Amino acid sequence: MDMDLITNILFAAVRTGTPLLLVAIGELICERAGVLNLGQEGMMLMGAVLGFIAALTTGSIVTGFVVAALAGVLMSLLFGFLALTLSTNQYATGLALAIFGGGLSAFIGQPFVGKPVDGLHAIVIPYLSDIPLIGKALFAQDGMVYLSFILVPALAWMLKNSRPGLIIRAAGESPDSLHALGHRVMMVRYLAVMFGGAMAGLAGGYLSLAYTPMWNEGMTAGRGWIALALVVFAGWQLGRLMLGAYLFGLASILHLVFQGLGFDISPSLLAMMPYVATILVLVVLSRSRDNPALQAPAAIGKPWRPVH
Amino acid sequence: MLRLERQPQDSRLMAWCSPLLAIALTLAAGALLFAVLGHKPLESLYEFFLGGVKDIYSVGELGVKVTPILLCAVGLVLCYRANVWNIGAEGQFIAGALCAGMAALAGLDIDTPWYAVVIMLAGMLGGMIWAGIAAWLKTHFACNEILTTIMLNYVAYNLLQYGVHGPLKDPQGFNFPESAMFNDNHLLPVILEGTRLHGGILIAAVAVIAVVLLLRYTHLGFKITVLGRDASAATFAGFGSKQLTWIVLLACGGLAGLAGAGEVDGPIGQLTPYISSGYGYAAIIVVFLGRQQPVGAVLASILLGLTYLGGETSQIKLGLPVSLTELFQGMLLFFLLACDLFIGYRLRWIPRVHPA
Repeated sequence: MDMDLITNILFAAVRTGTPLLLVAIGELICERAGVLNLGQEGMMLMGAVLGFIAALTTGSIVTGFVVAALAGVLMSLLFGFLALTLSTNQYATGLALAIFGGGLSAFIGQPFVGKPVDGLHAIVIPYLSDIPLIGKALFAQDGMVYLSFILVPALAWMLKNSRPGLIIRAAGESPDSLHALGHRVMMVRYLAVMFGGAMAGLAGGYLSLAYTPMWNEGMTAGRGWIALALVVFAGWQLGRLMLGAYLFGLASILHLVFQGLGFDISPSLLAMMPYVATILVLVVLSRSRDNPALQAPAAIGKPWRPVH
Repeated sequence: MLRLERQPQDSRLMAWCSPLLAIALTLAAGALLFAVLGHKPLESLYEFFLGGVKDIYSVGELGVKVTPILLCAVGLVLCYRANVWNIGAEGQFIAGALCAGMAALAGLDIDTPWYAVVIMLAGMLGGMIWAGIAAWLKTHFACNEILTTIMLNYVAYNLLQYGVHGPLKDPQGFNFPESAMFNDNHLLPVILEGTRLHGGILIAAVAVIAVVLLLRYTHLGFKITVLGRDASAATFAGFGSKQLTWIVLLACGGLAGLAGAGEVDGPIGQLTPYISSGYGYAAIIVVFLGRQQPVGAVLASILLGLTYLGGETSQIKLGLPVSLTELFQGMLLFFLLACDLFIGYRLRWIPRVHPA
């Protein structure tokens, strides 16, 4: 394998992993606050379609991303109202969100299928991008990739060292204690859910505005579900989440690798790889469940209501 | 102010009224949607839900839609009762269809209609294998079944694509990604003259009765319900939760596999890239709507079947996208979950007390 091929594979792995990383960041924060939102796929699709329409009609990619994030937030509020205010079953509500978002996005987006939009351009950083092997992967990407580079360490620091981070973790570990201390658990969880929605919307927008700049029904192809597995894989830690997202990115572009090596394998079989990899990861993880630093938040998925 | 209060006991009345209320709210939201889109709300609603059912042929079409949904839903009733969150009926359906298709293609020249039995059994086996993977992952590696079954759905879908684009493609098919047509003799017989309604609906009916009997009269059914209601009580009573997980998943996989087999060995008659219209996902809604009861699932399957017919009808008559089907299904589940709140809670008006 020559250097150019490896450089390009690393570049593509980061690029392909980015939508996964964006949506998984949101879900990780949401789960750390104790809320399990299975509806990532629905929020991503709504972000993808509305962001695309906004960019197409206004001609501005930035507007497209803002609208994508807002679409995700609106969808997450729907989830929040049911799962938080009305304490419905979080599994079922997330599932409903995924189905509803799939239907609504296909419905809204039908007239826009196949229309082209000028996608997000890469910002090539001079000199740094010339570093062999990793330069292109790290310094010749678009703005959303750089945003994720900033968000991961910033949020990791916030969760670990700051007061808001402590409050978020408390909402996920022991909402009763947080309530007893006079904090508003509902408010914290709502904000976390909305952040998750915004990130899912951005991830969807990344797909329809940057990764493959066009809209297609169901174009997220299960990435919202893979993101849920990624959060488990990461043991609810942001650093590991980033690594996981790029590994999955790599699994999704295996066809490039195989083509480069001169193998001829059916694209359908290779398209299976990310899903098979997810299952394998879950199996491997079950062997390392004893690490106390990588456990699920104690109150995850449990509805919480204030007692008076 | 209005406040939600826990009721001392769950309301049984509300448990059965909630689906009706949810349907009413879905209709209202649908009417609103049609109005926003500039269609006459009531006429469009009527067209969506009942416009497709006007003669014996279209009743048959409804039955064709209800059959796979109901088969998947009856299996899911068992899983959800046992608190096993199988989202994989879709993948088990596809795996069943794929195995049934391979059996059908392998025996194209066999000259007896009874070969249909072999095809259906192959489909059942395919679904059971697919569900068995999830059961093995859950019982051996404690993998969350929600994630594994969803991933397996995508794997099954891609396997089907591989099959129809590759080894199962019809050599005389002008390179279309489809298998050869199955032997006409091997297809499930049509049971209502002048329609496409096939024997699969009888299999579904048998499945419903079997699950009703299982849940009502057998110890196994009792164990499944106890496991779902209180896992620690089930363990305490010595009901092997791993064994029960295997049983409910295999049963569901078998039924979903039969559903898939019935589709390809019935109305479709060959393997194509698109054999399911999301029936496995619709079945999840059916289980919630049908109160985890097999008989409730029958009624709910008919409603969901209507949403599929409605999507097709409104595409033809109103020029609206087929995705209207999923939209209605999603709204239905949302409203249902919200209404179900009032099974355990009630709203009370509490006047604000102003301190003197």
